[in-house]
Amino acid sequence: MAERNGSGSQKGTFKVKAGLAEMLKGGVIMDVVTPEHARLAQDAGACAVMALERVPADIRKEGGVARMSDPSLIKAIEAAVTIPVMAKCRIGHFVEARVLEELGVDYIDESEVLTPADEENHIDKWPFKVPFVCGCRDLGEALRRIAEGAAMIRTKGEAGTGNVVEAVRHARAVNAGIRKLQGLNRAELVQEAKRIGAPVDLLEECQKLGRLPVVNFAAGGIATPADAALMMQLGVDGVFVGSGIFKSEDPLRRAKAIVAATTYHDRPDIIAEASEGLGEAMRGLEIPALPEDQLLAQRGW
Amino acid sequence: MAAAGARTRLVRLKEDLAELDGLVIPGGESTTMTMLMQRMGLYDSVRQAVRDGLPTLGTCAGMILLAERISDGLPDQPGFGILDIAVRRNGYGRQVDSFEADLELAGDERPFPGVFIRAPIVEDTGSTEVIARHEGDPVGVRQGSVMALAFHPELSGDLRLHEEFVHLVEGRAS
Repeated sequence: MAERNGSGSQKGTFKVKAGLAEMLKGGVIMDVVTPEHARLAQDAGACAVMALERVPADIRKEGGVARMSDPSLIKAIEAAVTIPVMAKCRIGHFVEARVLEELGVDYIDESEVLTPADEENHIDKWPFKVPFVCGCRDLGEALRRIAEGAAMIRTKGEAGTGNVVEAVRHARAVNAGIRKLQGLNRAELVQEAKRIGAPVDLLEECQKLGRLPVVNFAAGGIATPADAALMMQLGVDGVFVGSGIFKSEDPLRRAKAIVAATTYHDRPDIIAEASEGLGEAMRGLEIPALPEDQLLAQRGW
Repeated sequence: MAAAGARTRLVRLKEDLAELDGLVIPGGESTTMTMLMQRMGLYDSVRQAVRDGLPTLGTCAGMILLAERISDGLPDQPGFGILDIAVRRNGYGRQVDSFEADLELAGDERPFPGVFIRAPIVEDTGSTEVIARHEGDPVGVRQGSVMALAFHPELSGDLRLHEEFVHLVEGRAS
């Protein structure tokens, strides 16, 4: 909740929450599981790190219930770097979120990569001082999360697969949803709001801006510099890279290359140079080969 | 900046600096920005351009880059060393301590809406002129053609400081 002290300054306002995401634009946010990883990510040029116990590829392999990370790990990662630290809580688990807020994380990812704690409701994010980022597959899902107080959005993709196809699908779906609003009159906007299940005032805002009202990154399956540049050219504001870096042969070089390709996403010459001799990328999974119940993007509603 | 009457372009490579009348070094992570600029060979060119008198506005991380003395950065974090000020990175704390507050601008009675995000604290203003204050503490300074702000005027919708910078640029360009 926005908090006002005696002197008239206010903490935790939406402007301040969404503002941090504005400062991350054009950057790469990297999943890290140890303080050493975190330092490596910072040295590679990450604009923030996501502190977690297992990268999505390992969560996928090992199975079981995936939960918020151990606070001692999050604290150790906070101490290791000067860039912002994000951490994940389970969908709907507002107590995990309160714990992460208490630990001083800079952003909370209410994430489908962890096992959901509530299969109907997401967290009411407005009462928190810490900002939230949430995943989406299309415009309706993005705007529902913003209505709940999310100050940043990421397209879900399919985490832990090293396969960019779902990230592309979701980014294109958001773009198409916004394009469709252009030229609709008020009555048609109400109908469209009903159809996609999102508040009409947020549709109006998207119509006016021609984009989402908050920063939108791509996530889930980005494994190469070219993948990152592809997502940037599809119009996202930055990228999350999870398993793609630390499941590859030479994480530091790959991380640097992905940062370069994100910044210079419209310069094939620079992407080519950055992509040279990176060693093996993570192995990757075909989406149709995955059992239905292992598709993470379907979690969240 | 466009709303304040300027034409803008992104500077991502050395070549992009050519023929600019003014430069904005925006917010972000100062450590990350420094590293990426060094990697692309942009760091020395930008520093030289600012030293040579290119009018420059630095906000938040941009202020840190311009500062002569930086604390709580990376141990080897170099600054451009252009503004005679001392700043402390994330001086107000982590994101949960980010805030909005009304500021006093020099020579303007109307309060300015300040948005501070993991902002630096200005610990010493040296020989610079203070142009913005929060509860008496300096949060904006100017020295010659270089302006630096600890907050984000682009997030508040109030164009006064953007316009002041555009005037500064026009004064130099004409």
